[in-house]
Amino acid sequence: MSEEAGVHEHNRFEVGLEHADYNGDKFGMWLFVFTELILFGGMFFAFFVYSKTMYGAEFHEAGSHLNLFMGGGNTIVLLTSSLTMVFGITAIQYGKKYLSMFWIILTILFALTFMVVKYYEWGYKFKHHVFPAKITMLEKSFGVSDLKTPYDKEFKESGMSLKEFNAVPVNAAGEAAPEGMSADDAHDKGYTHSRYTRGQIIFYGLYFAMTGLHGFHVLLGVVVLLWVLSLTYRNKIVSNDFIIMENVGLYWHVVDLIWIYLFPVFYLVS
Amino acid sequence: MSTQTHKSFYQSDMLIFKGLYDSLFELGKNNWIFRALAWICSWIFSTDHKRVCMLYLVFMIIFFTVGAAFGGIIRLEWMWPGTQFISAQVYNSIFTLHGVIMIFMFVIPGIPATLGNFFLPILLGAPDVSFPRLNLFSWYCFIIGAGLAFLALFLGIGETGVNFMAPDGGWTFYVPYSVSNEANISMALMAAFTLGFSSIFTGINFVATVHRMRSPKMGWFQMPLFCWAIYATAWIQVIATPVVGITLAMVIVERAFGIGMFDAALGGDPVLYQHMFWIYSHPAVYIMVVPGMGLISEIIAVFSQRTIFGYKAIAMSSFGIAVIGYFVWAHHMFTAGMTDTAAITFSFLTFLVGVPTAIKIFNWVATLYKGSIKLDPPMVWALSFVFLFSIGGFTGLLLGAIAADLHVHDTLYVVGHFHYTMFGGGGVAFFAGIHYWFPKMFGRMYNFTAAHIGWFLFFIGFNVHYGSMMIIGIQGMPRRYHDYLPHFQDMHMIGSIAAFVMLAGMAVFSINLMIALFKGEKATDNPWKGKTLEWETATPPILLNFEKEPELAHGPYAYEGEWVK
Repeated sequence: MSEEAGVHEHNRFEVGLEHADYNGDKFGMWLFVFTELILFGGMFFAFFVYSKTMYGAEFHEAGSHLNLFMGGGNTIVLLTSSLTMVFGITAIQYGKKYLSMFWIILTILFALTFMVVKYYEWGYKFKHHVFPAKITMLEKSFGVSDLKTPYDKEFKESGMSLKEFNAVPVNAAGEAAPEGMSADDAHDKGYTHSRYTRGQIIFYGLYFAMTGLHGFHVLLGVVVLLWVLSLTYRNKIVSNDFIIMENVGLYWHVVDLIWIYLFPVFYLVS
Repeated sequence: MSTQTHKSFYQSDMLIFKGLYDSLFELGKNNWIFRALAWICSWIFSTDHKRVCMLYLVFMIIFFTVGAAFGGIIRLEWMWPGTQFISAQVYNSIFTLHGVIMIFMFVIPGIPATLGNFFLPILLGAPDVSFPRLNLFSWYCFIIGAGLAFLALFLGIGETGVNFMAPDGGWTFYVPYSVSNEANISMALMAAFTLGFSSIFTGINFVATVHRMRSPKMGWFQMPLFCWAIYATAWIQVIATPVVGITLAMVIVERAFGIGMFDAALGGDPVLYQHMFWIYSHPAVYIMVVPGMGLISEIIAVFSQRTIFGYKAIAMSSFGIAVIGYFVWAHHMFTAGMTDTAAITFSFLTFLVGVPTAIKIFNWVATLYKGSIKLDPPMVWALSFVFLFSIGGFTGLLLGAIAADLHVHDTLYVVGHFHYTMFGGGGVAFFAGIHYWFPKMFGRMYNFTAAHIGWFLFFIGFNVHYGSMMIIGIQGMPRRYHDYLPHFQDMHMIGSIAAFVMLAGMAVFSINLMIALFKGEKATDNPWKGKTLEWETATPPILLNFEKEPELAHGPYAYEGEWVK
């Protein structure tokens, strides 16, 4: 690069200068974000195919068993984390390194909060024997999974509503608890499994797969944010070169955005 | 100007982990092992797009050879009815591996990752791709994916060796078989997933490169057509690949956790898998062939020394194919169960996708008209592309028609058809491109006579081989069958012999190129008298391609003076 009389001549055919392109970097990240949306789009597609063509009522019923309080709380947590991320980027643009690091740490904490809530949410479902059916480890801890057997036939013959039908627990042999037994008694006597129909099984399968993939993205986000934190600390991200932080912010917003769609689709569908 | 820019890219030192390389280089001064390690590092850590191309090229040629060997084993087995050399189980694994290797490791990365990587930036007048490190990373994804695929093969062999449990459901991994069988499907799926990532990153890189790295003097409609084709392909890679990624990932989840997604016993819908699979995999066939079409546009213009006919029509038809190609997927599933309305719609759209393809073919033929045609090796390959791909296209119309499709569905006719399009299209274009750009890439010229002999054997063998498949396919020979009725034997025998003629042809021109690599005479800067930018730089190209912004005194096809900038 030659600098003559204040003219900044940029020859991109010299080693080291061939790719310094702020807009290009951002454009590339947008393309990647786009592929992320399509990745999740495939699962949303499957969800809507099942909910619209086959299992509308079952999805409706299964959705009502999800904890709206935890889901809604998590939505607020993630939205706030997007805000703190933006604060972090703005702070570095003004050259305030430690302020920026403070906001990023806060973002990471929000992300971890989200995962902790998810842990309790999933754990709560596992406790009620709702989990993907094939995990041997879980089978060993909880006994035989009821999700393996759809109760469509029994449901049809029972004449009950889906809600009533689900409320009657069965034991490991698939026998329903006798009428009039209280829920606690039934639980003590081994009637610990719920009776779910095919549509409900698919609903929970999708629920675990989609929120699981999303949770994986959140964890990935934490790792990347830690990397950004270390770059900021080492002055690799500074007020005139913050593209990495901005792109990671973009990724973080997408993770947020996907949750914004996951939340109504699973929790509010009922 | 620093002296560094005058180096050929074969002395590239644009490396990640530069420190590691430097210390190995120091140690290598008295020890050949370290010298060799330093040499390897100078390749696998290089972010130079031309070196990344070489990395892809070497491994893709290896994978292609393995895939072709599997194909040869299938042909050997088919020579006589009954079991000859391999059992039915091994046969199933072999055709699956042939498909997986050829599709995911050769023809999908194919032209974009090799020739596209090398020539896209040069044709655009750019020093490199937009994200050189991402480019290298996509090669890592490619190698990891390929490694997983081979692991899935070799870890699958049971204790006795007879118990051959490599994946055996065909490259499409249809459920429910891919969920229920015991073979190493999950690992093979993981391999395809990783290879998909490689493809996505290449796509992102190329879209950004065309937008951001193009010479400031080059307008959109002054780009060579190869760039247009790569650009359209890159969009397909970006948009379609995540869909198959998530679909294959769901099969892995299904196998591991049994979420019931595609399992009818738990309420899932196996046909949904086929939809989601083909939503990607049909556009993927255009990933395989559209870059080839771009290459053919270059070669035909150069070797007839004519301005390309219908530049904008060719450029836009790439996008026509990319867009319409999205809405034809269900023609793979006419027999899988869907409504008549859906079947008719998809059938219509399938016919429609032939239109942009035909536009290209007419324009190529029009370019030849009154041209001074030189039948050098790249040109014979390019012309055979036009011929073979036309046959592939026309036989595809029969498959797009619902009534006819029900008759020939899952027969060898389909196999013949897609080999005409994929191999006769993507593969032959790849060979054309290698012959076209070989002198520029390696700075050596090959022997024309041997190249012509290789082409001739290939061309004859190819047509008889896949033609015979189509004939017995129409007569009712199913695909993916280990055994067959005796009256198909003649055609199988003819086809197998032709297949070996074809393989011999490939061997001839490959060996010819190998010899040229070391012993060929030095190539001049512009042996074919082309007008595009790669012919204006050094041979082989220097590091960062040009010394300064190229002039662009004329357009890419200014053979007759009328397409001057």
